[in-house]
Parts: sequence; structure tokens; C-alpha cells
Amino acid sequence: MTNEPLLKVKNLRQHFKISREFTVKAVNGVSFDIFPGETFGLVGESGSGKTTVGRSVIRLYDPTEGDIEFNGKNIAGNMDRSTRKMLRKDMQMIFQDPMSSLNPRKKIADIIGEGLKIHGFCESKTELEEKVAAILQKVGLLPEHGSRYPGQFSGGQRQRIGIARALVMNPKLIIADECISALDVSVQAQVVNLMKDIQEETKCAYLFIAHDLSMVKYISDKIGVLHKGYLVETGSTQEIFSNPRHPYTKNLLSAAPIANPRVEKQRKLLSYDSINADYEHDVIRQLSDTHFVLEPQGGN
Amino acid sequence: MENNYTPVKEDFRFLPRRDSVDDARFASTDYWKNVARQFAKDKFALLGAALIVFVIVFAIFAPLLSFYEYDEIVAITDATGAEVVAKSLSPQFAGGTTGYFSDKTFLFGTDDMGRDLWTRTWHGARVSLLIAFVAILIDMIIGMSYGLISGYFGGVCDNLMQRFIEIIGCIPTLVIISVLAIFMTKGIGLVIAALLITEWIGMSKIARAECLKLKEREYVLASRTLGAGNFHIMFKQILPNIVGPVITQVMFSIPVAIFTEAFLSFVGVGIVLPQCSVGSLIEAGFNNITILPYQIMPPIFVLAFLMLGFNLVGDGLRRALSPKIGDV
Amino acid sequence: MPENILSVKGLDISFRGNIGDVHVIRGVDLDLPKGKTVAIVGESGSGKSVAMKAVTGLLEDNAVINGGQILYRYNGNEYIDLLSLNEKEMRRKINGKHIGMVFQDPMTSLDPTMTIGKQLMEGMILHKSYSKSDAKERAVELLRTVGILEAEKRINNYPHQLSGGMRQRIVIAAALSSEPKVLICDEPTTALDVTVQATILNLIKDIQAKMNLSVIFITHDLGVVAKVADFVCVMYAGKIVERGTAEDIFYDPQHPYTWGLLLSMPSLETEEERLFSIPGSPPNLLYEPKGDAFAPRNEYAMAIDEKAAPPMFKISETHEVATWLLHPDAPKVEMPKELKYRIERAKAASL
Repeated sequence: MTNEPLLKVKNLRQHFKISREFTVKAVNGVSFDIFPGETFGLVGESGSGKTTVGRSVIRLYDPTEGDIEFNGKNIAGNMDRSTRKMLRKDMQMIFQDPMSSLNPRKKIADIIGEGLKIHGFCESKTELEEKVAAILQKVGLLPEHGSRYPGQFSGGQRQRIGIARALVMNPKLIIADECISALDVSVQAQVVNLMKDIQEETKCAYLFIAHDLSMVKYISDKIGVLHKGYLVETGSTQEIFSNPRHPYTKNLLSAAPIANPRVEKQRKLLSYDSINADYEHDVIRQLSDTHFVLEPQGGN
Repeated sequence: MENNYTPVKEDFRFLPRRDSVDDARFASTDYWKNVARQFAKDKFALLGAALIVFVIVFAIFAPLLSFYEYDEIVAITDATGAEVVAKSLSPQFAGGTTGYFSDKTFLFGTDDMGRDLWTRTWHGARVSLLIAFVAILIDMIIGMSYGLISGYFGGVCDNLMQRFIEIIGCIPTLVIISVLAIFMTKGIGLVIAALLITEWIGMSKIARAECLKLKEREYVLASRTLGAGNFHIMFKQILPNIVGPVITQVMFSIPVAIFTEAFLSFVGVGIVLPQCSVGSLIEAGFNNITILPYQIMPPIFVLAFLMLGFNLVGDGLRRALSPKIGDV
Repeated sequence: MPENILSVKGLDISFRGNIGDVHVIRGVDLDLPKGKTVAIVGESGSGKSVAMKAVTGLLEDNAVINGGQILYRYNGNEYIDLLSLNEKEMRRKINGKHIGMVFQDPMTSLDPTMTIGKQLMEGMILHKSYSKSDAKERAVELLRTVGILEAEKRINNYPHQLSGGMRQRIVIAAALSSEPKVLICDEPTTALDVTVQATILNLIKDIQAKMNLSVIFITHDLGVVAKVADFVCVMYAGKIVERGTAEDIFYDPQHPYTWGLLLSMPSLETEEERLFSIPGSPPNLLYEPKGDAFAPRNEYAMAIDEKAAPPMFKISETHEVATWLLHPDAPKVEMPKELKYRIERAKAASL
């Protein structure tokens, strides 16, 4: 990939001041690039700051420090009108909880058409209706479903509606924040396949946030491993899975259960003292074009 | 279950592959239909609604169909044929023989000025209903917006707005009235002004709490990532989801407002004669309770019906709106 | 084959709802051999948790038991039907002392206002009439058993002072405090991180071996099943569709639903372009399914699936499958190639 990255995140910090004495340091200097049409998987456990990264990038939060460049424009600080409009159109988000991500009092067609209406992308009502119907079909639902309410759908269907809401804006980057973890196993595969199909068709990029390594491996081109707000290792999927360098990455890989009883029953968990891990003074070392790992200073 | 079914050979052919038409037959229950059904099953709530409708119907039609004006001092021809003022008559039909003879009908009797109590009672009920309507407006417009804005923006804004509420919330209504009475003439305007100052506080607290709960919901975040403005989110995304608690709160604040008016009129800072409200009628009746006890009955019942009715409806709505097991 | 300590026979449960009755458990049979682990796998709404709540007598008030038996081997050879006991008897005789339970969310099973030591000791003083000092000693010992360091200090902590993994350890310790014979774990690691999950699963396995516990493990994660289970029951729409040893289920699955489940989870080893996915979504049990509940999502659905629910076909002593595909008249269907390939690789990897 020789072209310019679509999203450049550099040294992003996101701190939340809870009280005068207490600040939550959710994200501490995270840097990564996403190229057009590529999927970047962001893996981390609860509290690692992965959701915060996604929300800071899409500017639901105001980043404390760092640069975010999207589509050639800086979106980290105050944005002018056109930049804001570009961001709100070209970057979309799919949320985690299919139950709370759709307004229960709104019809599906209104939920999907909201963005089009806000930005005035449709000349007429019929155009809007046509667009909504088309997008519903694209995500595997029927146009008639537009007149229903979210409560009348199953979890998987709702997540499809959430995808449709993002997709109708024709975005360049979709942030998928744990969008499958609340779904049943058999439905997860449907949604992930749908996301892959969409990517093939529209060439959009994904920032796929998850705690589940195996799904991330399946969908991502590149993976970043997040721990305690630090990106401890980034690399191509191949590099992360066949040549993990950071002890935390290794620990994660060894903990993910495999559906193979004879192997799984014998497997040993690599131990890693994640509670006392402190990355504050660690530095990033480059191992290859794409492979970076966070290491203690002066380490080999 | 057809456990005893014996399969035949033809049963073992594959069905044609269906496309994944994903219609899992999810119960197509509309939220509001469900609420209406719950409400319709609730006997107490229906009784409350019936009481309110009863008072409304009479308040609208009874003065229209009455022979007298509410402030008209009625003259009657008594048993001797002389024309006199119909002072302090007990309820009677024209030509009836109960008590003092008169050629005119007074269903609730007359007051000590000679005005028809039937007309006056229903006229007074109109005032109470007007107050109810005003209370709704105050709750919905001031209370809800105040609460939504305070809850949605949070931070310093929320802090200031809440402190303001605490300050006006702790001044007793009577003190406010007394101060207002210096600047304003007594009457319904004064009552409404008093309500304007304090009535919406309860509602704003409810709206704020609901807003705080909902503003971090993912659908609100989704709206923000789509570029929706703050007021769009407040009124288009959050508001439809707090309608339930809001309506319930309105139903409970109506009787409070009605009672406030009645109380103010009773102590004499509300409605001025010859205008009347339920409160002032009760006050008048109370003065004569030992000699003319029938005078106090009609306004008391109207007030009771309204208070009870709105409270029952409010309770019923709260029950119907609260999520239950089995609701999807 | 060891004797069964618990067997569920023909369990049938509905929930009363205001729209209609939901038939959540439609005839479930389950055996728990002594000292073994049985895993129940299924999607949400398959009824796996409800079935186990029935065992512990913790069903919600609107649940109606339409039939069935839950036989528990009480002392020695005496079996009692747990469904015939009322709530009080259940609590006095069975819960805690014989059957312990660990839930998904540790915070809901711990009292936030009590120190963990007190919560642990309470059960012992109540059930086993320990003296206070004995109970304390034993509480410390239990905390050590569940792998909590500095147990003497931790005993004075409140639940909120501990991490999620620690809390789940406390819940396990509490479940073990009255020395139950059966431990029911309802998705005990779903709310936890993968690394913590691995340690908790190891812990449960260690304790089981040490205390000769019989464990029922409810989960939706086949990886977890592979790690802990001796026997597996696959549940779908209130029924068990396939049961067998872990080897049967993972290396010789027979039900199309099991195939789908195994295929729809991406594995860390294989690299396929597209994931297999079961179309559609689980049925809404508000409407009683006709015939085989899985038929609408089944690639291999046959005419008979719409007419009658399949009986259990016995493949081996341990392996039973409820699909008409195993009827002698049915056309032969092989498992999907991709799955076959995966299983071969899995077997090879274990050598």
C-alpha cells in the first residue's frame, strides 16, 4: 500500500478528569495508521482503552493530546465547518450493544435516514425512501422492515440495522466498536461476513475494536494490541499471530481457548504480570515495515 | 408435538433452500398500543379517567345549559307570589315543596347572595381545569426543557441550573404569593404566576434524571457521530424516550396545581368575587357550614373527583408505562 | 462409567408472559456422572440457564413446570426428585450443601455491604454450624484454595475493592464453602477477560479434581467447552439436539447445528476466506415451533422436519443426536468439507 493513510493517529492521549485529584488516563500515546480499504483490528481487554480510542478518533471525546489526521485534515482540535461535516459523513461508527444502539421509539427507516436528513443529502422524500430501502436490502433485510420499530428485531438483525445506518452515509472509515461481542456465536459470523462483503464492494476501511482475538484475526489486515492505554504491539495479522513479541500479546494468544479438546486440555497459560505492568517509560521499537513493539528502554 | 408420527419415505427429501428470510416472527407489539392495553385493563385508572371526564363534561356543558349566569343574582317568586332574591335556598326543583318554595329550579341550591350554586360549581370547575391545563403547559414547556438542558449539557451548566432550582425550591409558596401580591392584583393571574415560579421544579428533576440516564446511550452517541446538533438530540432522540415518565409526572402535578389554586382561593388570595373557583366556593360554604351545610358539598365533591381522578390516572399510567417481565 | 449424581428427565418449562406463554424448555434429559463435567452449550434463549435454575430451585415466579423430574442422589443410594421439594426444603436441604452455583456476574452474587470474609463465613455458620473462629480459619483456607494471595488480609476487603477475576474467585469460594457435591457454573467467565477466563477455568478444574466435584458448565463458547468438559450437550430452542463426550462432539459431530456452531467460530489456526454462518436467528419460542425447531435455518432440512420433531438417534454408547438425517431412510449427508478439514487438522495437532 503505497498511497497515503486515510487515518493517521499520532501520540493520542485521552485523559478524563474525575475530580481535582483524580484523573483517569484511558489512552496514553497511541499511534497507528489506517490505509484506505484496510481493516485495522484493535484488541484489548476491558479497561484497556480500546473503546476510548475509537470514540476519541470519531470525536465523541475531545482528545487531551496528540494528532488525528483523517482524509488529509487534522480533526484532533477545533474543526471548521467543512472539516466537521466531512468527518461526520466520512467516518461512521457501529456500536456494541444492539439493544441500546437503536432508538426504541423510532422507526427503522427514520433511524437509517437520520444522517441523510441532517446533512440534507436527499432532494426529496422519495429519494430518501429509496436510499433507505436499498441499504436495507444490502444488509440482508427487507424494505418493508423500514416501517417497524427496533423492538421487533433480533440482536443480529439490529446489528444489521446499525451497519445500514453507518453505510448509508457512504463513509470511508467505519469504526466497529465491539460490534459482535453481544451477539450469539452463530450470528456473529453472519455479521462479520456482511462487513467483509461491504468492504469488498465499497472499499471502506474498518477500525475493528474487539476483545476476541480469533474474530480479529479473521477480519483484520493489521492488528494493534492495546493494554492499559498503551499500544504494546502493532503489526500485520501474520506478524502478530506467528511472531508475537510482546509478553502481553503472547499471554493473550495463549489464553484464547481453542475448540480442540485434546489440545486445549493440555495447554498451559503463559503467565504475565499484567496488573503490575507499567509502560510509562517504554519505547517503541520497529521490527519490520509494519511491526512495532513497545519495549523497556535499553532492552534488546 | 407429534411424537407418534411415523415417517414415510417421501418425508426424507430435502426442502428447497430458502434464502435467509430472517423473519423470526417477533411480536409486533407497538409500545403505545401495549401501554393502552395495560391501561385499559386497570380498573382504578379507568375509574379515575371516568371521574375526570365526568367533571370536564359538566364543566363544559352545565353552565351553557343553565338558566342563570354564574354571577347572576336570581330573583324568584316565592309562595306568597312576591318577587324576592333567592338567598340561601336548599337544592330544589321548581314548585317543589322542600324547604322554601320557589318557582325556579336550583339543583345545588343558592348561596347567600342568591346565585345559583349549580352554575357556580361548574363554573368553578372550569377554573380548576384551566389551572390543570396551565400546569400541563408549565410542566411541559418550562420543566421539561429546563431538565433536559440541565441534564444534557451537564458540568457547570448543570451545576448552576440545579443551584437555581434549590434556591427557588426552598421559598414557601405563600411567601412567593405574598410578594407577588404586592405587584399584582389578586385573581387567577396571581395564581398562575405563583405556579409559574415553582410548579415545574418536580418535572425538571424527572426530566434531568431521565436525560442523564439516556444521554450516554449508544443511539444518542450514534446521532452525534452522524453530526446531529444538541437540540436535535435532546428533542428528537431523548425526548421521545422520556415521554412515559413525563406524562406520569404531569398527571401527578395537575392535582397539586388544582389544590394550590383551591387553597389560595380558600385563604383569599386567589379568585376574587364575583368570580368563583372551587376553592372560593368551599371557602364560602365553609363559612355557612353550620347553617347551610349543602353549600359546601358540591365544590368539595368536584375537587375530590378531580384530585382522585388525576391521581388514579397517574398511578395507572405509571403501572402501564413501567416495563414488565415478558415485555420485549 | 461412574454413577449419575444428578439426572434430569423430560424437563418441560414455560414462562407466563403478558403476550403469551413462552415454552423455553421442551423436554430436556441430562445426566451428570459423579466427578465429571458436563457442559451445556447453546445460544442465548436456548434455555440452558433456565434448565439449571430449575435444578437449583431458583426459577422466576412466572415459570411453570409442565413436567419432568430432577433426580438427585441424596445420601448414598437414595434419589430424591428436586422438583417435588418446595422452596424452603430446597434451601434447607439442597442448596449450598449439595448443589452450589456460580453465576455470570460476580457482583450480583456478592453483597456489596459485607466483607468477603463475613459472606464466606455466614454459610458455614448457618449450614455446618461452625464456630466463628473455625469458620474464619476455613474461610482463609477457602480463599487460598481459589488462589487468592494474602488471604488473611483479603478477608476484610469489600467486593468493590477486588478486580472482576478476584470477585469470581470469591463467588467460587462461597459456592464451595458448604462443600457441595455438584457445582453449577452459569457462564462464569463470560464477563471476564480472556486471560482471567483462562485462570478461572484452570482453577475450577483443579478444585474439581481435588474435591471430586461434579460440575455442570453452561457456556456459549466452544473453546471453553473444549477446555473443561468431559461430556457436552448442545441445546437449541429448549431441546438438547446433540449429546456426547467432548471427543464425540468435537471430532465426530453429527447434528447440522453443531456443524454450524463449530464452523462459525473462526479458529486461530485455519485461514479461510469466508466464515461459515448459520442463516437466520434462533426462533422466538413465543410461537411453538412445528417439527424440528432448527429446520428453518438448516441447510439440510427435509420435508419431515416440518412435520415432526426428530427423536434422539443413538450413535454410540455416549453419543446421541436429534436429527432426522440419521433415520435409516434419510439420504446420507456428510459433514461440510471445511469442518472435516478442520477436524483432521485438530486431530493432527493433538498428536
